[in-house]
Amino acid sequence: MKNKAFAVLAALGCLLFASTAFADQPFDWQKGLQPAATSMMEEIRWFEQYTLWFIVPVTLFVLVLLILVVVKFRESANPVPSKTSHNTAIEVVWTLGPVVVLLFLAIPSFQLLTKQLAPTEEPELTIKATGFQWYWGYEYQVGEAPLSFDSLLLQDGDRAAAGKEDKGVYPRLLAVDNELVVPVGKHVRVLVTAADVIHAFAMPSFGVKIDAVPGRLNETWFKADREGLFYGQCSELCGKDHAFMPIAIRVVSQEKFDTWLAAAATNVGEANKALMASVDGADKSVNVAQNAAQ
Amino acid sequence: MAGTSAAHGDHNDHHEHKPLTFFQRWFLSTNHKDIGTLYLIFAILAGIIGGTLSVFMRMELQEPGIQIFHGLAQMVYGFEGDAAIDGGKHMFNVFTTAHALIMIFFMVMPALIGGFANWMVPIMIGAPDMAFPRMNNISFWLIIPAFLLVLLSMFVEGPAGGYGAGGGWTIYPPFSTAGQPGPAMDFVILGLHIAGASSILGAINFITTILNMRAPGMTLHKMPLFAWSVLITAFLLLLSLPVLAGGITMLLTDRNFGTAFFAPENGGDPILFQHLFWFFGHPEVYILILPGFGIVSHIVSTFSRKPIFGYLGMAYAMVAIGAVGFIVWAHHMYTVGMSLDTQRYFVFATMVIAVPTGVKIFSWIATMWGGSIRFTTPMVWAIGFIFLFTVGGVTGVQLANAGLDRALHDTYYVVAHFHYVLSLGAVFAIFAAWYYWFPKMTGYMYSEFLGKLHFWVMFVGVNLIFFPQHFLGLAGMPRRYIDYPDAFAGWNAVSSYGSYISAFAVLIFLFSIVEAFAKKRVAGDNPWGEGANTLEWQLSSPPPFHQWEQLPKIK
Repeated sequence: MKNKAFAVLAALGCLLFASTAFADQPFDWQKGLQPAATSMMEEIRWFEQYTLWFIVPVTLFVLVLLILVVVKFRESANPVPSKTSHNTAIEVVWTLGPVVVLLFLAIPSFQLLTKQLAPTEEPELTIKATGFQWYWGYEYQVGEAPLSFDSLLLQDGDRAAAGKEDKGVYPRLLAVDNELVVPVGKHVRVLVTAADVIHAFAMPSFGVKIDAVPGRLNETWFKADREGLFYGQCSELCGKDHAFMPIAIRVVSQEKFDTWLAAAATNVGEANKALMASVDGADKSVNVAQNAAQ
Repeated sequence: MAGTSAAHGDHNDHHEHKPLTFFQRWFLSTNHKDIGTLYLIFAILAGIIGGTLSVFMRMELQEPGIQIFHGLAQMVYGFEGDAAIDGGKHMFNVFTTAHALIMIFFMVMPALIGGFANWMVPIMIGAPDMAFPRMNNISFWLIIPAFLLVLLSMFVEGPAGGYGAGGGWTIYPPFSTAGQPGPAMDFVILGLHIAGASSILGAINFITTILNMRAPGMTLHKMPLFAWSVLITAFLLLLSLPVLAGGITMLLTDRNFGTAFFAPENGGDPILFQHLFWFFGHPEVYILILPGFGIVSHIVSTFSRKPIFGYLGMAYAMVAIGAVGFIVWAHHMYTVGMSLDTQRYFVFATMVIAVPTGVKIFSWIATMWGGSIRFTTPMVWAIGFIFLFTVGGVTGVQLANAGLDRALHDTYYVVAHFHYVLSLGAVFAIFAAWYYWFPKMTGYMYSEFLGKLHFWVMFVGVNLIFFPQHFLGLAGMPRRYIDYPDAFAGWNAVSSYGSYISAFAVLIFLFSIVEAFAKKRVAGDNPWGEGANTLEWQLSSPPPFHQWEQLPKIK
């Protein structure tokens, strides 16, 4: 029941804060969390707003008290100080008051945490992400021969050849050569590890962040609500190119995903181009007829 | 104090005289006040170096793209072309690492514990000196080689094609082992070992002094809160630093002697290091802030002309913060892949800390309530501390929630949070203490105008740096990035401008010291009036070389 109430509140919160929504990457002068592409991120966004309803009033309360004290009890306004140094009642109040506030925070907090770490659905697709210095390797656990490819930062010199000249869609430091492609509305399990040092696999609009630790297989999951191209960045210091190993996930329909997966088995680059063409429309540099032939 | 010498007889004569030479006084010192002064000078110098590193980082981050570090790498290390870009990228990580290590181990800790606590705790509890004066000396002189080792590490080889240790102050393996084979990391580890030994010796000294050398009548429950805060801090140091020492020793043997404590390919576990590190690291952040709590209590009480409100609650709130601080460490590690129950526990335990912290904030305000407040420079810094620490505290409550931390972990939100509690908390407390005790320590009055100018410029500067970093963190900008997507440019520019303003504020601070020593305004024994009722204000300014030859009696 509580969860439903929260979901309604979350939806309302989204309406309230929707002025900047539906960009799938950070935007100029952004002041809040990235818009959600999963219900998990929806709940994280809701919980963040919810905590603000407590911490902003608490901070303002302290500020108001300080201003009051500064105005009312400055030397010129109050030349004779009181000698009060105890008041058991008020001490009990300001000890128990925060306890109550923390309880209000803790209940939805534990629900959110449980939801993140104890998913109720079975995964429909499993992907392994491996952090390397300094790029990501992805492996799809499908069919007899698992599909695997590397995903590196898109270099400016390669933009034209990749058909990724539009920096609005393929921003500097976020765009990669080969995106991770997943179907929309499916429970995707991601197994995360690293080959050399610790990295972290993060996708802000999915509400996902998990360390990639050598020798460990960490697990996380997401279920994207809408199609689009989403960006994240490595989130654990891993060396000189820590800032240059982004994570890009392209969420497409199951049908397009199946087509891409079949094509990628032989040639990932061409499969990506074909997918881009079908997603971005005919105005891109890729020849549609050529893609249709594949 | 000269009058008491006759009573002690000839053999005590040497107690009454300052050491003969400059070298004897400042290099062989066993006097807690002189050692405190040395610590303060050291902290100022280290703070200037650490602060300069941060200004370079903000210059780099003022605009997207790589601005200055390839040039710096060329200038300092002689790299050319692409090697300069790669060397510069690593150099940025070296700067973040060195900035953190210097500010924590060589600025805040020496200033608060080595400096102010050394100076004031023996006086406040009515003791003639620290319990182990020679150990006090070695505590200080160990920190110099430790600092030099950390500085030198920036000029020796780290990873291939880079100089210095760039693993962050958390030095997580395998990046700090296999990832950086050069000797730079060994320099840092050795530096931390020595700094840790220095702090452990200091902690033993403070615990012994405070538990055994209080004046007759001064029970623990009558002891000034600054002494309480230092006592608790010393216990935190004593219990947490050996764990760090163990962790970094294993790191050292992993690096040099073929052990595999943290190397997964030979059965080790990188996460084990994180647990060891944060078992030290979390108490460490309370080590940085607790002495500040004590200082702010004294200043607020002095300038409100009121006794501290809820003294016992204040003391035991610090005890509680110190104790609970030991059992919350893994809230720094919510994303390493811990089990649900583990994360639940750490969320719960972390939230508990908000309760005693709230007690402190409200008690400070209650101390001021009904008071007759004078807005001297130290009081203005203390009030600034209370508000900014509250801002940093409430974002800490947010980050305590593992579910929300999933989005904020390792982003600039965390950077903003810990700078609000440390850079705007601990550092504001240091400046408050500086202006509060400057007349006592030097005998001269600082300039109220310069002190307040320093405060306001610094207040505007640091808020401009760190408040926008909340926005960057929410938007998803990761920490320790030399370059960022163009969307983050706006707030980064604001943050950088704030950094330049803060740097200017530090210049005002340095000028105010020069001005005070040049003008030589005599402060008098107690410039703060009747509100200042701890023992240091009963002595001359500066205090005699040895104080309390006749122990004060506490009612």
